[in-house]
Amino acid sequence: MTSLAPPAPRGRTTTSAQGGRSGSVAWLAAPAFLMFLAFAVVPLIGVLVLSFTQWDGIGDIHAAGFDSWRSVLSDPGLVHALWVTFLIMALSWAFQTPLSLLIGVYLAAQSRYREILAVIYFVPLLLSSAALAITYKALLDPNFGLGAGLGIPLLQQDWLGRDNLALGVLVFVVSWQFIPFHSLIYQSAVRQIPKTMFEASEIDGAGRLRQFFSITLPQLKYTVITSSTLMVVGSLTFFDLIFVLTGGGPGDATRALALDMYKRGFQASLMGPASAIAVILVLVGLGLALLLRRIGGRDATESQMEGV
Amino acid sequence: MRFNLPAGFAGLIWLAIVVIPLYWILITSLKTQANYFLTNPFVPPTDPTLDNYRMVIEADFVRYFFNSAIVTAGAVIPAVLISFMAAYAIVRASNRSRFLRSVNAVFLMGLAIPLQAVIIPVYLIIIRLKMYDTLLAIILPSIAFAIPLSVLVLSNFIRDVPRELFESMRMDGASEWGTLWHLAFPLIRPALVTVTIYNGLSIWNGFLLPLILTQSPTQRTLPLALWTFQGQYSINVPAVLASVVLTTLPILALYVVGRRQLLGGLTAGFSK
Repeated sequence: MTSLAPPAPRGRTTTSAQGGRSGSVAWLAAPAFLMFLAFAVVPLIGVLVLSFTQWDGIGDIHAAGFDSWRSVLSDPGLVHALWVTFLIMALSWAFQTPLSLLIGVYLAAQSRYREILAVIYFVPLLLSSAALAITYKALLDPNFGLGAGLGIPLLQQDWLGRDNLALGVLVFVVSWQFIPFHSLIYQSAVRQIPKTMFEASEIDGAGRLRQFFSITLPQLKYTVITSSTLMVVGSLTFFDLIFVLTGGGPGDATRALALDMYKRGFQASLMGPASAIAVILVLVGLGLALLLRRIGGRDATESQMEGV
Repeated sequence: MRFNLPAGFAGLIWLAIVVIPLYWILITSLKTQANYFLTNPFVPPTDPTLDNYRMVIEADFVRYFFNSAIVTAGAVIPAVLISFMAAYAIVRASNRSRFLRSVNAVFLMGLAIPLQAVIIPVYLIIIRLKMYDTLLAIILPSIAFAIPLSVLVLSNFIRDVPRELFESMRMDGASEWGTLWHLAFPLIRPALVTVTIYNGLSIWNGFLLPLILTQSPTQRTLPLALWTFQGQYSINVPAVLASVVLTTLPILALYVVGRRQLLGGLTAGFSK
């Protein structure tokens, strides 16, 4: 926050600045707008167009009608990819949300040793997905990894070689990477809850648990929605991690939607069907975002200070 | 603050979950390959070696480092500047310009466009522009995808600048261009730093664009180099982990210097 100046009075912005010279500022937005148009909006339209064509990624592009859509929609691979995506999404959400929430609440308290813990807790945020995937791949290797080194048979499994284990590992690594981020969101949200609420409840004799369930949790309602939206929509785009860690394997066990698109397009040279998958990816993302918004029922005018 | 024993205990368990892999990466990267197989993985090496690091550096990582630096600086600086200009225009004049209102609407919608979903057309565009296999190919889409969130965060900050300040600048005869750089820029500098850090981190760690849009080893960025390196030396775990440490080091240094700014930057667009 810029704490340099007192906040401006909100509301109607009827200063004379809006008088003449209309449009003299508008051009300032042009560079950003053009860049975004060229490399995001046009491609978004382009991906829809490409899904009705045939292209191997190098040669000419030919119109192909609904061919790609027919082949993609009749391919059991799509259902599988959607299922894998859903599993990763649901499991990583269910794993991350309670932990992030608890860690966020824990770190929100002002205490010296928790601040030191926080410094370390947030380190996973700094690593790239590629670096993380490589690390865990080495760590879990049945022959060269941690299990082999420690000689503990339980840890010596073929973690990435079995369907369910690989999926579990993926969910674990995703959580390891992103729990810090969501804890950070919860931490700052908890710090915004008015102290008076806790003080009042303490006078009323509420214990720590009671405070958590009656004050903290209800006050974090919108934060839970925000964080969940980011987790759910974000999980659709997991690519780097899966690509490096499992490559979609074993077999197709972790072949989620984004990876499925990459493999069809850039490995099998079927850009048409890959574009159709990309369109599905966009639609699923939008659908989920809207759904979560409806569940959350966020209303801009509703105050989070209710009951203060 | 009452001491909370169960919470403290749970906090330590999570600490272990975070620290053990990090600790393992660090000590293993200092072991020789032979030593790695013989010693307990949790015991630090008795005679730590930097050979793995030398090996990684000799595998051309200096070049990859500079490639990543060029891509990150080349994308983040223009992205933040043009986002700042756009945010300024949107805050100042969107109530009298239909163009700016639609620009803002497009950016807000753009927050929901995942890069993965449009990578095929981006690839096509880059080929047609004859930029395939150049660093510029990574830079241009990176700029575009940094814009929506940057504009959102920056315009929230510019909105908090008191109107009177803009007024008095105008009275003094300053142009919008002058007001932009002499008033808004210094006032929202913290937000600019925040946005720079956020974008810098995600572009530095970016993997998909380099993977799709480049090919030759000379154009490799660090995350891609990590991946190819581990493909070549997967049996040499200490060397692979040394490459992980080396590529994370610059960000770790940044974290040590400006932790608050960095963490603030990560959540600026999301907390509330």
